[in-house]
Amino acid sequence: MENKNTSEKKLTKGDLINIWIRSNFQQASFNFERIHALGFCFDMVPAIKRLYKTKEEQVAALKRHLLFFNVTPACTGPILGVVGAMEETKANGADINDGTINSIKVGLMGPFCGVGDPVMWGTLRPITAALGASLALGGSFLGPVLFFVLFNAFRLAFLWFGLDYGYRKGLDMVKDLSGNILQKLTEGASILGLFVMGALVSKWTTINVPIVVSTLEGAGGTMVQTTVQNILDQLLPGLLPLVLTLFVCRLLKKRMSPILLIFIIFFIGIAGSYFGFLA
Amino acid sequence: MEINTLQIILIFIVSGIIGMGSVLDSFQTHRPLIACTLIGLILGDIKTGIILGGTLELIALGWMNIGAAQSPDSALASVISTILVIVGNQEIGAGIAVALPLAAAGQVLTVIARTITVAFQHAADKYAEDANFKMIDFCHIAALVVQALRVAIPALIISIFVSPEGVSNMLGMIPEFVTSGLQIASGIIVVVGYAMVLNMMGAKYLMPFFFLGFVVAAFTDFNLVAFGILGAVMAITYVQLNPKFNMPKTVAVTSNVSNNLDDDLDDELD
Repeated sequence: MENKNTSEKKLTKGDLINIWIRSNFQQASFNFERIHALGFCFDMVPAIKRLYKTKEEQVAALKRHLLFFNVTPACTGPILGVVGAMEETKANGADINDGTINSIKVGLMGPFCGVGDPVMWGTLRPITAALGASLALGGSFLGPVLFFVLFNAFRLAFLWFGLDYGYRKGLDMVKDLSGNILQKLTEGASILGLFVMGALVSKWTTINVPIVVSTLEGAGGTMVQTTVQNILDQLLPGLLPLVLTLFVCRLLKKRMSPILLIFIIFFIGIAGSYFGFLA
Repeated sequence: MEINTLQIILIFIVSGIIGMGSVLDSFQTHRPLIACTLIGLILGDIKTGIILGGTLELIALGWMNIGAAQSPDSALASVISTILVIVGNQEIGAGIAVALPLAAAGQVLTVIARTITVAFQHAADKYAEDANFKMIDFCHIAALVVQALRVAIPALIISIFVSPEGVSNMLGMIPEFVTSGLQIASGIIVVVGYAMVLNMMGAKYLMPFFFLGFVVAAFTDFNLVAFGILGAVMAITYVQLNPKFNMPKTVAVTSNVSNNLDDDLDDELD
């Protein structure tokens, strides 16, 4: 390499690893003005240092990565990869202007939020957290450990392979995305997430309506009470939680705040315990 | 129990890390399952920490930050409720009762902290003019301190002033039917989390899988691992069989015409 006069500028494996580690701190300076703007710039610092040697170029590169940016944090990898590859091409003399790089960044935000939110927050975290919580409720130390390890193993892998893939493919990745990889991933994850969520609604919501509907004399002279809950359970166990979940979905869609809903349910619970229609 | 000085220092440091986790949303240290366990470990009652963590985790299952929208704050809620429950020797139900108002308070603090960090963003803009890499890195990481203090300071104040009698007196003033009501409510509140996840998925045409999961759970004793595997199998099968995704194979050997068709289908999905 050294005997060449115009040696090609290239990101090293170490730079990529550095970017990968930094991307774990993507949201450190999360702010309401430009969200991840500084975070993206922070991630790109190793690349900018490697690729640009004059101060003017460095200043220009830093400034173009201090613009508005926002994506699911675990999905920054592929975008950083593509942008890194573009910066590399630019540093080697290709005519790529700031606008092009920025529009690629902005253009990728949507699709990756689209896949990142359902995959990370709708599927991976609820499933690993519910698994951990189910063990934790019995007091097992394995619960929190399992959640931490499983979630982070997936997340770190997602970040690294995304970054590596984006960097190797460069702008070709944008073409790949116009296929349906992301759609497949989003749909697959949504199915898994929805299926498990359905199970959780049934298993881990407890509503009991102990209002007595009838008291009959059973075999052997014992009195058998039938409550509203007995009847509902015979119909379909977990029916009330299901109806309530769907109702809350509608209220949330009407922009009711989750914390307000939580407090309303609090009051219903207190009223239920006072008047005896919930147990 | 009383909290000693070492424990107070450890609570300050660990709740700082939990506060950082809350903004980073990477390592998940701000989730109740982890945060309550860590505080329980410091206070010498890890088992209570784990159980409270598991309970709050289910309640908070769907609390997520999407874009710039903030969810209730699990970090502050987990830290302080664990301290109160363990120090005051209280029931898990009491922990839930204090956690939820704290989650609302934490949400307000989060919004304030994320507004303060605008200043760090502007400072970084200035350093960019000089290509000062070190200071740009510093601005980014220093913003974490704001987030750490957001949780660490309230935790510090509570752990200095908390006493077993104080907690018992405070929570003892709550009438019996209220605490039992809160316990009942905690079993129901989880639906808000589920609903948040369902809404975020926003795929109405996939809702049959939700109902399938519900019915299978209602009539079987499968555990979560079984549900995970069943769900994954269905997801893979669905994607493999879906005609929408099988188009491109034929497209490759034919022409642009079918390519457009495929694009149309993709658009339809969006």
